[in-house]
Amino acid sequence: MDTPRRTSRVIDPKVRHVGFFAPPSPGRTPSGPPAPAAPSPVSGSPSGNSLSPVMIPPPRHASDNLSSALTLHQPPSRRVSIPVTSAVRRPSIDNVAVVGSYNQSETVLATSPSAISPSSRIGDGEFSEDSVNWIRRTNSGKFSSSVPTGGFDVALNKAQEVSEKGRGKGPEISNELASNAKPLKDKMTKAERRALQESQRATKAAAKEGRKPASSSRGVAPVHEQTAKSVKQPSQKKDVPPVAPVAPSIAASEKKGGDRPLEKDRKKDAPPPRMQFDDKNRVEKAKRRAVVKKTEARNRVELFRHLPQYEHGTQLPDLEAKFFQLDPMHPAVYKVGLQYLAGDVFGGNARCVAMLQAFREAIKDYCTPAEKTLARDLTAKINSYVSFFTECRPLSISMGNAIRFLKARIAKLPLNLSESDAKATLCSEIDRFINEKIVLADKVIVRHAVTKIRDGDVLLTYGSSSVVEMILLYAHELGKKFRVVIVDSRPKLEGQALLRRLVGQGLSCTYTHINAVSYIMHEVTRVLLGAASVLSNGTVYSRVGTACVAMVAHEFQVPVLVCCEAYKFHERVQLDSICSNELGDPNIISKVPGRMDVNYLDNWANKDNLQLLNLLYDATPSDYISMIITDYGMVPPTSVPVIVREYGKEHVFM
Amino acid sequence: MDFQVVVLAGGTSKELIPLVSKEVPKALLPVANRPVLSYVLEFLEQSNLKHLIVVVEGEDAALRVGGWISSAYVDRLHVEVAAVPEDIGTAGALRAIGHYLTAHDILVVSGDLVCDVPPGAVAAAHRRHDAVVTAMLCSAPVSGPSESGSSGGKDKTKKPGRYNIIGLDPTKQFLLFIAAGAEVEKDIRVQKSILRAVGQMEIRTDLMDAHLYAFKRSVLQEILGQKESFQSLRQDVLPYLVRSQLRSELSLDGAQAEENGNDKVVSLDNKAMRSQLVANTSSPSFHELCAMGPNGSAPFPRNTHKCCVYIASKNKYCARLNSIQAFSDINRDVIGEASHLSGYSFSAHNNIIHSSAELGSKTTVGPQCMLGEGSQMGDKCSVKRSVLGRHCRIGSNVKVVNSVIMNHVTIGDGCSIQGSVICSNVQLQDRVVLRDCQVGAGFVVSAGSEYKGESLARK
Repeated sequence: MDTPRRTSRVIDPKVRHVGFFAPPSPGRTPSGPPAPAAPSPVSGSPSGNSLSPVMIPPPRHASDNLSSALTLHQPPSRRVSIPVTSAVRRPSIDNVAVVGSYNQSETVLATSPSAISPSSRIGDGEFSEDSVNWIRRTNSGKFSSSVPTGGFDVALNKAQEVSEKGRGKGPEISNELASNAKPLKDKMTKAERRALQESQRATKAAAKEGRKPASSSRGVAPVHEQTAKSVKQPSQKKDVPPVAPVAPSIAASEKKGGDRPLEKDRKKDAPPPRMQFDDKNRVEKAKRRAVVKKTEARNRVELFRHLPQYEHGTQLPDLEAKFFQLDPMHPAVYKVGLQYLAGDVFGGNARCVAMLQAFREAIKDYCTPAEKTLARDLTAKINSYVSFFTECRPLSISMGNAIRFLKARIAKLPLNLSESDAKATLCSEIDRFINEKIVLADKVIVRHAVTKIRDGDVLLTYGSSSVVEMILLYAHELGKKFRVVIVDSRPKLEGQALLRRLVGQGLSCTYTHINAVSYIMHEVTRVLLGAASVLSNGTVYSRVGTACVAMVAHEFQVPVLVCCEAYKFHERVQLDSICSNELGDPNIISKVPGRMDVNYLDNWANKDNLQLLNLLYDATPSDYISMIITDYGMVPPTSVPVIVREYGKEHVFM
Repeated sequence: MDFQVVVLAGGTSKELIPLVSKEVPKALLPVANRPVLSYVLEFLEQSNLKHLIVVVEGEDAALRVGGWISSAYVDRLHVEVAAVPEDIGTAGALRAIGHYLTAHDILVVSGDLVCDVPPGAVAAAHRRHDAVVTAMLCSAPVSGPSESGSSGGKDKTKKPGRYNIIGLDPTKQFLLFIAAGAEVEKDIRVQKSILRAVGQMEIRTDLMDAHLYAFKRSVLQEILGQKESFQSLRQDVLPYLVRSQLRSELSLDGAQAEENGNDKVVSLDNKAMRSQLVANTSSPSFHELCAMGPNGSAPFPRNTHKCCVYIASKNKYCARLNSIQAFSDINRDVIGEASHLSGYSFSAHNNIIHSSAELGSKTTVGPQCMLGEGSQMGDKCSVKRSVLGRHCRIGSNVKVVNSVIMNHVTIGDGCSIQGSVICSNVQLQDRVVLRDCQVGAGFVVSAGSEYKGESLARK
C-alpha cells in the first residue's frame, strides 16, 4: 500500500498535480507529466479544493508571491526531481503524476510541520484548508473539538454544517467548501511567512534531534530516510552520504527550498541507516555478534531482501538451549525475548510494556561494577538487552521510542545521585512512562473516541487492537447502541480473540474476513483502527491489511478513525511499506490450520521458483485517514508532525 | 538465571541388585567405564551450570559419591553433596534439603539420566510460560527399560512394560494428565474440567518422563510443606500439580495477580489495566481462558497454574539407568549410536582400546567395543559390542558379546559370555558359559558351569 492508486472516479474526482502549477485557474493542467485519466480541475471546482492536504503547499507558494527568490528557485528543481521519482517508483503513465506529486508533497509536509503548529495556527490558510479537506473526507461533520481551534473555527463550523447537510453529494459540498476556503487563502501572506520561519526552525530542530538518538542508540530507532531505491544499493557504507541525495524523496526535499539543510550538513545528520540484510558483509558481521543463531531463509522475495528473514523454528530451540549460557542477560529480559520469539507476546503496547517491565526488573537487580559509572554502564547494559530483543524480533517503533526515553533518563541522572536512588528513580520513571504514555493515554483516547460513537452506528475494526477494544467496551458500558464488525485476516486471526471478548461482554458483533470487506463496508458507519505507529507525514503504519480496509472505507465515504497513543508517533517519513517492514514466518501462510487436505504447498518452501511473502505491516497513506485519535486529542493526520515536534521532545527529555 | 540445580543421585537402588552394592552406589555404576553420575554432571556443566547440589541417600553412599566428585571435578564444579536418610523418596529428599533452596526456580535432575537434551531448553520453556512445573519428556527408547527384557528371565511371560500415559494439549506445551504405565491397572481417570477447558487432549504412550523437572521453588516448597505424605515427585507431586491446575490452591506470588486483571472497565485501576493490556494481546493459554470464565470475565477468576512439558526431539538421546536392562542398553548406546556422550575418541575401527591394553594373537575386538586401561586378553578371543573395564585379565578363546564387564575381572580360558553384566572383582574360571546373567561383585563362578538368565551374587 505504498501509494494511493487513484484513477478518475465519478463521485470523488480528486486530481493530483505534479510539479509547479499556478493558483487554480480554469483549464489548468499539471505542468509535469500529465495525468490523462484525471479530469482537469477547474478553479473553484470540487477538485480544486478537495485535493488532499498534501497538495496545499505548492499553490500557496505560488499564490501569495512570498518572495521572488523562493518562487523562482522552486519550480525548476521540482520539475527535475519529479521525473526521477516517478520513473523509479512507478513506470505506469497513469500514475506518474500521482506518484510524483505524492512524494513531493509528503516531503513538504514532513519538513515543514510548522504550518499547522499551535502558534501559527490561527488564520493559517493551510490548516483551514486542510481541515476543510479533512472534513470532506470524513463527510460526517464529526471532528474533534479537542484540537485547540483558533480563528478558523468559523470556517470549520460552516464546513461542518455543509458537509452534514449534503453528505454523499460530492460536487455541491465541495463547491461550498471551496467558497469557504477561498477567502482564507487570500489573507494568507503574513501567516504564511511565519509558517515558513517556523518550518525552518523545525527542520533545524529536527536535524539536531535526528542526530542525537542516532548517536546514542545506534540501530535502535533509526530514522529511516532511505527509500526503496537506496535499498538496492549494494554497499551501505558507501551509499549513506554521497548517494543519499539520489534517493528520490530526499532529492525532492533537498531541492525543495532554500531552507533545507545544506548537503554537507546532511552528511553529518544522516542517521546510521538500519541494517540492510541484502548486504552480505554486514550480515556476516552481525551474525558473529549475534546471541541467537539464525539460519537465513533461502527464498526471499526480491523486493524484501533487505529485511531480516530467518528460517523460523530454528531460532527458538537454539535460544532455549543456550538458556544457561547467556550469563549477562537478565532472566526477565530473557523471558521477554523468548516470548517475542515464540510469539507469545505481540501487539505494540503489549510488547512495549513487557519490555519496559523487563528493563525495570533488570535495573532493580543491577549494581554498578567497580570503577564504572552507572550512567555509562547501565546504558551499555540496556544496549545489550536491546540488541538481544532485536535478535528475537525486530523492534517496533513504540519500543524504539520507549528505549529512547529510558536512555535519556539514564543520561540525565545527576552524577551525585547514589546508586540505589538512581535505580529507584529509573524504576519510577519507567512506571510513569507506562502509566502516562500507555495506560492513561488509552483512557484518554477511549474518552475521546466514545464521543464519536452514536446510537445506531456500525463500527468496523480490523484485527485486534487493545485500545479499540477498550473503546468498544466502554461505549457499550455507556449504553450506546451500536454494532461491531470485526474484520480479520489469516494467518494470525487475532480478531477471534477480540470477538470472543466482545461477544462475552454482550456486544453484537459480525465477524468476517478481509476478503469480504468491500461487501460489509456498505453498512458500516465508522471504521476504528489501531496502529503500530503514526509517522510524521500522517502515514499510519499498522498490521498488514489496515491500508486495504482504510482504502475501502475511503471509497465508501466511511470515516476512518485511527486510535494511537502519542508515544507511538515517530518523526520518520515513510512513503511505502517496503523500505521498512517486518517479515513473518512464510510457512504460516502456506498452511491452513485444521485443514490437512489443503497441503499443496507442503515441503515446497525450498523450491527455487517459489517465494513466500508474509509481510507483517503496511503503511496507510494519510489520505485515507479522517482522524487520528490520540492522547492529545483528535487531530487530522496532517497534525501529526506538530505532536511529534511539540511533544516528542517531552517524551524523551521530560 | 536464578536457577538452582538439584541432582537426585539416589542410593542403592533395589532394581539394580546385584549390580549395586554398598561399595558401588547407583550413582557410581560405570557406564563405558565412567560413573553414570559423571554424565549428568558433565551435561549440566556444558550448560554452564556449575553450582550443583547432589543429594545422595545414605551417609556411606554420600561419602563415596562425594569423594569421587571432589576428586574428579575439584576445579571445575562447585558441588555440595547432601546426605539424606534412605527411603524418604524424591519428594522427601527435596523436603530435607529445603533450606538450601533459595533461587526462584529449581531444576531437579535425576542422577541416572544419560541424555544430551540441553537442560536450558526445559528451563526456558518453564520461564516462558511462567509455569509451576515443567517436565521433560523424551521418546521412549525402543528396546527400552521394559522389565521383560532379559532381566532375570523369570518374568519373560510378562507383557512388555507399559510406559507413561501422558495427556497433552493440542499445542503440546501443557501437561494435562500423567500416569506411570505400571501403576495403571485397568482404566485411567481424566478430569472433565480440564478436558472441557482444553477441548482436545492428546494421549500418548510413546513418551517417557525423563525425570528432569523445573519447579517454581515457592510452589514446590509450599506443596512439600502442606502435603506431608508426598513421597515421590513423579508419583505424588507432579500428578497433584497436574490434577489441580485449573483449581489451584497455591498462593502464586505476583504472576497470578497480574493475569487476572480482567474486571469491569470502570473499576480498572491502572495496574490491572496494564496487565490486561499485556494479557489480551498475548496469546492466552487455556488456563487463562478458563480462569476468565466462559464469557471472558468471571467475577472471581479462578486460580490456575500451568504445568508445561518440554518434549525432546527424536534425534536426541535420552535414557535413564533404572533397570538392569537399561544398564546394558545405555552401555551399548554410549559406545554405539550415542557415542558423542561418552567423550572418548574412537579409533578407525569404531572402538576404543586403551593404549595400555594388551591383545593376544588372533584376538579381534569388533566395532562399538571398549577396552579399559591395562586389560589383557589372550589369544583367539573375540569381543563384540561390549565394554570391558580396567585391569581385566582374560584368557584365551573367550567370547564376549553384548556384555558389560567391569574392573579387575578375571576370566579363564574358553569362557563364553553373552548379554551379561559382570561386576568388579569377579572371577570366572575356565569354560564358564553365561547367558543373560548378572554376576555380583566379588563372585567366583566355578569352572565349567553354565548359567542362563540368572543373577549370581554373594549371599
